[in-house]
Amino acid sequence: MKTILKKAASFIMTVLLVTLFVFIAFDLIPGDAATNRLGINATPEALERLREEMGLTKPFFVRYFSWLASFFFGDMGISYSYGVSVRSMLASKLPITVTLTVMSFIMIVILSIPIGLYTSKYEDRAASKAVDILGQITMSIPPFFLGILITYVFGMIFKVFTPGGFVSYDINFGKFLGYLVFPSIAIALPKAAMSTKLLKSSILSERKLDYVRTAYSRGNSTMDVLYKHVLKNAIIPVITFLGMTLADIVAGSLVIEQVFSIPGYGRLLISSIANRDYPVVQAIIAIIAMIVIIINTLVDTTYKVLDPRLRGS
Amino acid sequence: MMRAFVFRFKKNPELYIGILITVFVIVLILAGILFSPYDPDEMDAGAKFAGVSSSHIMGCDNFGRDLFTRLTSGAATTLLVALGTIAIGVGVGTVIGAFTGYYGGAVDEVLMRFNDAVLAFPSILLALVFISIFGSGTWKVIISLGIVFVPSFARIVRSEFMRCKNLDYVRSARLMGAKDLRIMFVHILPNTLTVLMPSTVIGFNNAVLAEASMSFLGIGVQPPQSSLGRMLSDAQAFLFMSPAYAVCTGCTIALIVLGFSLLGDGLKKNA
Amino acid sequence: MIKRKIVTLAMCVTLIPAVALSACSGDKGDESSKIVVGIPQDLEDSLDPHEAVAAGTKEILFNVYEGLLKPDETGNLVPAVAKEYSVSDDGLVYSFVLRDGVKFHNGKEVTAEDVKYSIEKSAGMTGAESLIAPFSNIKEVNVISKDQIDIVLEESDIDFPAYIANLNASIIPKSNNKPSTNPIGTGPYMYVSRSPQENIILKKFDSYWGTPANIENVTLKVIPNADSIVMNLNGGAVDMFARLTVTQTKQLAKNFNILEGEMNLVQAVYLNHAVKPFDNVDVCRALSYAVDVDNVLEMTSDGKGFPVGSSMFPAFKKYYVDLSDSYPTDMEKAKELLAEAGYPDGFKFSITVPSNYQPHIEAAQVISQQLKQIGVTADIKLVEWNTWLSDVYAGRNYEATLIGVDAASLTATAMLDRFVSDAPNNFTNYNNSEYDELYKKVYTAKTDDERIEIYKELQKNLADNAANIYIQDMAEFVALSDKYDGYVFYPMYIQDLAKIRLKDQ
Repeated sequence: MKTILKKAASFIMTVLLVTLFVFIAFDLIPGDAATNRLGINATPEALERLREEMGLTKPFFVRYFSWLASFFFGDMGISYSYGVSVRSMLASKLPITVTLTVMSFIMIVILSIPIGLYTSKYEDRAASKAVDILGQITMSIPPFFLGILITYVFGMIFKVFTPGGFVSYDINFGKFLGYLVFPSIAIALPKAAMSTKLLKSSILSERKLDYVRTAYSRGNSTMDVLYKHVLKNAIIPVITFLGMTLADIVAGSLVIEQVFSIPGYGRLLISSIANRDYPVVQAIIAIIAMIVIIINTLVDTTYKVLDPRLRGS
Repeated sequence: MMRAFVFRFKKNPELYIGILITVFVIVLILAGILFSPYDPDEMDAGAKFAGVSSSHIMGCDNFGRDLFTRLTSGAATTLLVALGTIAIGVGVGTVIGAFTGYYGGAVDEVLMRFNDAVLAFPSILLALVFISIFGSGTWKVIISLGIVFVPSFARIVRSEFMRCKNLDYVRSARLMGAKDLRIMFVHILPNTLTVLMPSTVIGFNNAVLAEASMSFLGIGVQPPQSSLGRMLSDAQAFLFMSPAYAVCTGCTIALIVLGFSLLGDGLKKNA
Repeated sequence: MIKRKIVTLAMCVTLIPAVALSACSGDKGDESSKIVVGIPQDLEDSLDPHEAVAAGTKEILFNVYEGLLKPDETGNLVPAVAKEYSVSDDGLVYSFVLRDGVKFHNGKEVTAEDVKYSIEKSAGMTGAESLIAPFSNIKEVNVISKDQIDIVLEESDIDFPAYIANLNASIIPKSNNKPSTNPIGTGPYMYVSRSPQENIILKKFDSYWGTPANIENVTLKVIPNADSIVMNLNGGAVDMFARLTVTQTKQLAKNFNILEGEMNLVQAVYLNHAVKPFDNVDVCRALSYAVDVDNVLEMTSDGKGFPVGSSMFPAFKKYYVDLSDSYPTDMEKAKELLAEAGYPDGFKFSITVPSNYQPHIEAAQVISQQLKQIGVTADIKLVEWNTWLSDVYAGRNYEATLIGVDAASLTATAMLDRFVSDAPNNFTNYNNSEYDELYKKVYTAKTDDERIEIYKELQKNLADNAANIYIQDMAEFVALSDKYDGYVFYPMYIQDLAKIRLKDQ
């Protein structure tokens, strides 16, 4: 009970911090919703009137707490750019972001864990070396360029999908899933390569430890040792990484969204920052923060389950 | 002599290939900076998209600028940005992670909440804030990217410290009366290197790529100064016309990252 | 072994749906005609015509909304919701006679009340901010009869009809209280739906009063990433895209027709005359001599584009005077002038460029390189659009900026009024008493010819004093799939979708 309360308290604290950061950031960067609305028709007087009308002239903390109060009751405000409620707008984009994230995360896990196990078990085989090199190269291509390359190869040469042919989930769910496959690959490949590498290196370092040698000397088979002992410990940094990766995909798939013309949270976030549409930015960041914190909490809990040494503390 | 080298190479090929690639890249950069007859920003209308020739060994870009010269000076910028970013990220991240992981408690709680907050904060918005405060330019890119990189290193180091602080060797050091700082940085830290090292290499890759993404969004290194990221995002516009531009730039990035990764792996193996 | 299978299986699982789905995506059983038009940014300011600011928004909303008058492709004003209009002898009262049977997209007929409501709303008389500054001149809007409306001005203004034809003065129904999310106009296309950052869907309006649109369904697809545009076009996801760069057009597949027009703007390095050394006319002239416009065009657009020498673009035929030869490239003269001005060793300044528009960034790089030859160091500073709006445009806190300035209305004053020293939109802080005096004469001129002569004098004043380093009216390229034709260029930012048709139509 106490731990749950503590978790909840830290959860709330982080969300408060993040949203406060965003408010401060919006105070610091030049331009606001009023300059955006008036564009090059702006005169100082008109700007001042519009700011008054939009409530932007109120003191910083008044604005922050009034936003916070409404957010607490589930009211995310109205988007300056679209004139519709932020909640309905984000709700309609949620399936896109969730599908893209889950799809790429599954790919990362499916690819990296078996490959990581294989390459660390058969460290000296040619196949392992090839995988290593391939992984290194994948990691060294910038994501937007990888996206462009995938579009070029699969979209233009093999014509497996139509670049820019995104179909919304409410129109045709099958086509929607189909379109997201290649963007997911573009997100997953470099992350899978990193996670493979991390898994391999942590298995190798774990294998050098005394208890593994003892296990071998007791006559346990290689497979047995690998699964029962090594993996359990070696997987811990990998889980940290995967947790961070998951959060990263939620927050960071925006470049891929740009390249593949997918209207998810990332693109909405970028355009809303550019338009100083802070109700949208606030809401998206608050949601991302919550997801990140939930994932981190899960990761912490997993540690304790996997690593009995941590339970005492 | 030769045999000894072959033996050592066989024992740790990563290290030597890594050194080879990195030295090769550095030599190229120096060659470009010291011996190229061209100014990296010098334009030539007659040489737009010029092909490979004896005067332009890699051809020219859309402004007729010598691609080799620009690639080498761009690589230098990119290396500077990536190393600076990693130095800030690893340095600050390790200190934060060490303290929070070792002591736990309220400090850990507060700092980790800050950490989470920064992790959840979109780096583009952060970069915009920094640029509006400091103005744009190479050093500002390094500082803002460095700050963005701190939390992930802090988390990794923290989880390692949490794992290590109750291990036998730490306990015995404590029993022998070692001070906390000594335990943290003399006893525990070296043991976290196996995890920190690959993360640093991954972080280095990420810094190179982040520089590219920032340039892609127009908030990175300012033109006409070249950086590999800026050049790659420029090259994309000519992908169908002059694929060599993109391929050369992409390969340079891949080569740098590959060299450093192998070097990192090799060093770890040697340790 | 098992592991390898898992990997293969994983790849199959992820690839199969893509292949299977794309195989059946060729269904083109739609009987009605349609077109997908790519747009570089979503209509993010507002769908309410009285609040639309971005050129990209206004050019699309042109298809949905109309004013009492509207511009045609030759740059003339033609009656739209109004059938005709007349002006009183003192120039203070404009009487508009409404056209019979003009319907809104909701099926209701346009009434004089709707017109009064729209003009008053657009003029900021009902609270909201007006986007047409000269509308502050409107004294009152009177409904005379069910088909006549009089607009009374404080002072006569010969350009008033041009403001009435501005999209920001469109006629909307009074009964609609949410014009920003439920746009209802009288144009040839009606709004159906939108999905933020994804698309906007328009449908042909069957009860349109004039020549109806040819194509039934229009999807405006948002493609913000410039590098994806070529692939989206070549891949077949998009049928049309306007304002492409030369580089993009060169990479398009054969099934696209490339139409070439003009952007109708003045691209220049705008100088802030309130900061040193741009308060010195010799410095401005020196820079103009040092910049080789032909080379800029050669470098950035294979020579396409129309060099200009003052703040007017060639499509304004009536007013335009060719001053592009005012400063032939001459480095020696430039150095001399700099030395006279007290900068024999050159100086250093920064050119602020909005980061969202590649052609401006490229031009800035070429110019920065050219200025090196006279010892002037021009650093390029990329800023986000909103930072530009707030720091450069509203705050006037900059040294020089490279952008394109277009005309908000079909009037010469829209290009020239911003250089009057006390104009609220004089972001270059241009301060020239001769110019101010000349500009006053615009309002006292008796005849059109006299006025045109003054406009030309004003342009010459800007050129003589090298108010800005003028570059060009940029070439515009539109890619249109060869299934369609009928695209027309306008002398201002307009995409007239109603005229586009399928070739076999």
